[in-house]
Order: sequence, then C-alpha cells, then structure tokens
Amino acid sequence: MADDVRLAITCDLDIVQARQRGRQLAADAGFTSGDQTVIAAAISEIARNILMYARKGEMTLSVVTNGERHAVEVVARDQGPGIRDVERAMQDGYSTSGGLGLGLPGARRLMDDFEVVSGHGKGTTVTMRKWKRSNV
Amino acid sequence: MEVPILKQGDYLIASIQSALTDADLSQLREALVERVGRFRARGVIVDVTALDVMDSFAVRTLRDISHMARLRGAETVIVGIQPEVAFAMVQLGLTLKGVATALDLEEGLAFLDRLKGGRIDVERQAQRRFDHGR
Repeated sequence: MADDVRLAITCDLDIVQARQRGRQLAADAGFTSGDQTVIAAAISEIARNILMYARKGEMTLSVVTNGERHAVEVVARDQGPGIRDVERAMQDGYSTSGGLGLGLPGARRLMDDFEVVSGHGKGTTVTMRKWKRSNV
Repeated sequence: MEVPILKQGDYLIASIQSALTDADLSQLREALVERVGRFRARGVIVDVTALDVMDSFAVRTLRDISHMARLRGAETVIVGIQPEVAFAMVQLGLTLKGVATALDLEEGLAFLDRLKGGRIDVERQAQRRFDHGR
C-alpha cells in the first residue's frame, strides 16, 4: 500500500495540492471517480478551515484497512485557537469567520467517519475516512 | 494560473483550464467585473468543465461574480459542472441558488441569447443550423 502523504498547509496553493494528492491516493486505492471527487472536496473544506482559523497546520493522507475493507483516511491537525463549541461548529450555516459555515458539516456529510477533537486554546484535529464500497 | 477571458459579441467567456487557488478565483472575479464595464458586456459565461472539485470558496466566488456582474448590467451563467462535482456540491450544501447554470457552453450561449429579449443573433443561429446539419 502507498506510503502516507504528509502535507504542510500554509497557503491556498497547499489546499489545491492536498486535494489533488487525496484524489490520487483514492484513485490508486481503486475508489470510484465519484468517491475521489467527494474525498477531494472534503479535503478542500478542511484544509481551508486550517488556513482560515489556525493560519497553518498539516494534513496526513493514508489508506487504512479494516479486514478486507479499505478507506482513505485524512487527519488534519493545527495548533490554532481551537473550536470553542464543536457541536455548534458542526451545524450548517454556523461560522465565526464570515464564511458559508458549511466546511465541517459539509465534510461530515461527504465522508463516512468524521471526528473532531478540539478545545479552546488546544488546537484542532479532524479525522475523517471514506470507505471503499465493496460492490464496485 | 490566470483564466483567459474571451470576448464574443456582447458576451465575455471565461474558460477555466485547470485547478484554481483561492487567489486565482478572486483574481477572476475582479477581472470579470472590470471587463463587463470595459467591453460593455451584457452576458458572462464561466465555463467550469475543467474543474474537478468545487468547494465552498469556489461556489461563493462564482455567486459573487454573478451578483456583481448583474449590478454592472450583465447576466452570468455558469456552465459545465460535471456530474460528480454536482454530487459533491449538493452533499456539501452548495446549491448556487440564484445563479444561472447551463449544461455546457452551447446551452449557456442559448440562455443568454434568450435573455436578450427575443433579439436573435442571426449569425449564431445560422452557425447553429450549419452545425446541426453536419
């Protein structure tokens, strides 16, 4: 299986790079092109959140396995101010940045597993996975 | 990566060729809004066929382009959203509400022509008939 991809997220070009690497990883792992797009879109939202709220951070992309099943796993970490109210941040349309407020809830809808660990002043880690559908 | 903007009659056609950064998208917005005035354009087409992802920033920028161009007297139509891109957009909750869309460049041109209030662009109609006849 391909090595993990580790990317620094420090500017808007890194967002493009991250979603392209994510798409490539998913393609190499045999994901449908529809799922490649879904993964790339989720990466784009989460990478932009890093830039917007923490200014910099990093993303690790990998393929993980559970028995016969494979998933693309994305882990996004930053040392930013953290999310004061994770539950609210997961609601559509809630934003403290003047954005659309669709980043976290949108990415959660796109992916299968989605977990946010954050605390005020403690930075934020988002872990999300998309499982390869077995019938394709 | 700068997006080329072509002028065709009363219309401006921006044809996105590759993945764009946020800065590229913002630059496209400024360029289009400025050129609507410079070329006295009545319509703007943004062709996104080559975009393999549309995230919230891209959608917000396209919506801004459409609203700003309208304030300057031009209608905008977004063309070429791919099926998988549309699927991911809807999942993200991005619907481009209030922004005109069309399947492809040809449909986009037809849409803008209809908006011109029944004024028929004879040359383009003739070209279309020719194309269909082939």
